[in-house]
Amino acid sequence: MSGHHPHPRQPDSEDLTWSRERLMAAAVEALLVEKRVVTSGDVARALDYWASRTPADGARLIARCWTDETFAARVMRSVNKAAGELGMDIGPTRVVAVANAPTLHNVLVCTLCSCYPIGLLGDSPGWYKSRAYRSRVVREPRAVLAEFGVRIPDDVEVRVHDSTADLRYIVVPMRPAGTEDLTEKELAGLVTRDCMIGTAVPSYDAG
Amino acid sequence: MGGLDAGPVDREEVADEPWHKRVKAVVQLLVRNPDSPMNVDELRRGIEDLPPADYDRLGYYERWSRSMAAILTEKGVFSEAELGAKMAEIEQCWERGGPT
Amino acid sequence: MNRYRNGDTVVVRAHFPPGHARAPYYTRGHAGEVVRITGPFPNAEERAYGRDGDREPLYRVRFRQRDLWPNYPGSARDTLVVDIYEHWLEPGSRQ
Repeated sequence: MSGHHPHPRQPDSEDLTWSRERLMAAAVEALLVEKRVVTSGDVARALDYWASRTPADGARLIARCWTDETFAARVMRSVNKAAGELGMDIGPTRVVAVANAPTLHNVLVCTLCSCYPIGLLGDSPGWYKSRAYRSRVVREPRAVLAEFGVRIPDDVEVRVHDSTADLRYIVVPMRPAGTEDLTEKELAGLVTRDCMIGTAVPSYDAG
Repeated sequence: MGGLDAGPVDREEVADEPWHKRVKAVVQLLVRNPDSPMNVDELRRGIEDLPPADYDRLGYYERWSRSMAAILTEKGVFSEAELGAKMAEIEQCWERGGPT
Repeated sequence: MNRYRNGDTVVVRAHFPPGHARAPYYTRGHAGEVVRITGPFPNAEERAYGRDGDREPLYRVRFRQRDLWPNYPGSARDTLVVDIYEHWLEPGSRQ
């Protein structure tokens, strides 16, 4: 059950890695369909659903928080319900918002596995799943943030959230200065995926 | 692993391959259905139970693949023999025409 | 009902059972403050072995980073919040 299984066939662009685990995954899927645990229609619909989950939804939610205080308050109570107001189906897993403030910077990790609000932000980046990030961000968050180009002054609290259980998190970053005249859509364009993990902060350069 | 020593964070963005998306879709179908034979906590336990050398060597979705196969075998959804036979069948098929 | 309230000081049990455990190693034996009570959720350590799992409160516990790590390199203000099931917690006092 172990060991990569080199294969003679030349990989093509749709076939980047050939591993025993890849073969195993295909076999498991086939057996689940044969045994009617899932149908191929279920799999096709799930593929479509997950392809539709992207950080754009999270960014839209944050931009609405910035333009509507009462919505922001509802986000702090329940991200799932608030996302529903915007027509997003982020799934059943409960997502909790943690808001940055002038004296507080939040950053997310899951040291146990790599839990992530995939229903709201789509797939997590590779580095979020990496041993280096998961090992280090809990013990030296400021050094890790600096590697991402984010420097937090010492008088600002850095708060790490290790989501090891039933909740998932999203960071609500602060709205950048000078964005008073931007539309909600333009604001959403400032919110990158990493801003909602806490490894970036949104910036705006009017020039 | 929280707090262990590790080197710099490699921030290169690598897109998921098509088969990664399939594993994710199948796993999520199972763990989001309360009546399915595998829940998310079992998936996590199966990942933690991988031999440490395999854990480090394997990619993220390869770990999912191994865990899902182990849990579903444990639950009796299929046997190890059935899994091995299906893998051999698919491997032959891929050798002939490539994965679909 | 919930054994702890917001603001209570709790200590994560310094317990190292075999098998699947949800309280991160680095929190065990350390004191923190309950900042939010959620759940109840089924005990994931039971569910990891296919059992239903008793429902129990899940506490968001905030630790001072300097309490968790000797020689923590950041600011004294820095904190870390972890979700911990009730059975991992004991009443505690901060040093």
